[in-house]
Amino acid sequence: MIRYLYADQLDQFPVLRDSMFRDRADQFRTRLGWEVTVDNDGFEKDEYDTLNPLYVIWEKPDGRHGGSMRLLPTLGRTMVNDHFGHLTDGVRIESPLIWECTRFCLARETSPRTAPSLMLAGGEVMRSFGIDHCVGVFDARMVRIYRMIGASPDVLGTEGTGREAISVGLWNFSAEAEERVVESAGVDPVQSRLWFEQAFGAAKQCEAVQAA
Amino acid sequence: MDHALTSSSLDEILEQLECAQAFQGLQAASEALRTYYNVGHIVYHWVNSNGEPIGCGTYDRAWIDRYVEKGYLRADPVILGCSQRFQPVDWKLLDWSSKPSRTFQKDAIDHGVGNQGYSIPIRGPNGQFALFTVSHTCDDDEWSKFIEINRKDLLLLAHYFNKKALELEPGRKPDAAQPLSPREIEAMTLLAMGHSRAQAANMLAISENTLRVYIESARHKLGAMNTTHAVARAMARGVIVV
Repeated sequence: MIRYLYADQLDQFPVLRDSMFRDRADQFRTRLGWEVTVDNDGFEKDEYDTLNPLYVIWEKPDGRHGGSMRLLPTLGRTMVNDHFGHLTDGVRIESPLIWECTRFCLARETSPRTAPSLMLAGGEVMRSFGIDHCVGVFDARMVRIYRMIGASPDVLGTEGTGREAISVGLWNFSAEAEERVVESAGVDPVQSRLWFEQAFGAAKQCEAVQAA
Repeated sequence: MDHALTSSSLDEILEQLECAQAFQGLQAASEALRTYYNVGHIVYHWVNSNGEPIGCGTYDRAWIDRYVEKGYLRADPVILGCSQRFQPVDWKLLDWSSKPSRTFQKDAIDHGVGNQGYSIPIRGPNGQFALFTVSHTCDDDEWSKFIEINRKDLLLLAHYFNKKALELEPGRKPDAAQPLSPREIEAMTLLAMGHSRAQAANMLAISENTLRVYIESARHKLGAMNTTHAVARAMARGVIVV
């Protein structure tokens, strides 16, 4: 299932939290060879994890992390503006209507529904919170995955080549993009909506109404 | 909640807010917005590091005094639900189940706050936390429609209120206005010349989405409510020349 958790809520899910930061170490350091910081617990964390970001996480049936991404508003500090300005034509991307999405991560062993479910979850967030675009940093390997699930970003700029390439991209997640993801991945949009409502309250209210 | 016929336009209200030299300017803007949207209340407040609320808005004085006197800051689900968050929140999705919350809600409705509300949390520099709120009395359908239509403008307004409040803070040096990057200037210039987004994107050899994001970041830097307004401002300031 998809969970939406701010950093200060992660402690309620210690298994999910620890497996997420370990899977990030596995993806970004071990497999991609990025120069990321991994602490003594084997957790990959950076300065943006300390800004109380919103994580969108695919939780496997055993309670462990299957995939995730990290959201932050672009009015605060973001990875794109702090470190990748040279890939956005020198434009500092900042608006209440644009969020940043980074650290898109997939565990080695996870359901094929993980990536498309995360993309749909991103769409729920954008539609419900009035966000027009997400800007993100991603590696070459993700290009193929995004294409496969029908949610290719517009690439603003790329540095490096081949497997080493890192890009800054944009998603606007139109209704058509959402349809493509639903079709290509067989993910149920009703289920997707329900997970979102569970996290942000509407489902709670429905239960209350039914109980009354 | 149709717009009142006699009210100022959103651009005019924003213009006045921007020129404000004191907190009274924020107060005037919140009152003008209440008239413009024809809603119960518009409130901006900022909970500072001592937990003291500072702000402006259209709530009755009696309600503000009562809120402080009763220590509602600790029972208010809006504060509890928005603190440390950055997504906008419809009040009815918050947890009102505890007894103190229900008592608070009844008291708020009795004091004319309204049964509906939408709050936008804002994260400022150095852990600053502020809230911009619209409240009203109406049924759920009407409220959902109002939010659906006005959500984006409210997000922008929330940010402009906070920007002004930070500027007015004693001892604070104003942030230097951010210049537009060459790419943003090119994009705005092409729009000012009357090209469509698709044409402009084509001429700059970028995708239309990329162009939209460059225009959006330029709009933000220019302090405008929309693209037309942003183009007008950029021309008025001589940032772009057509």
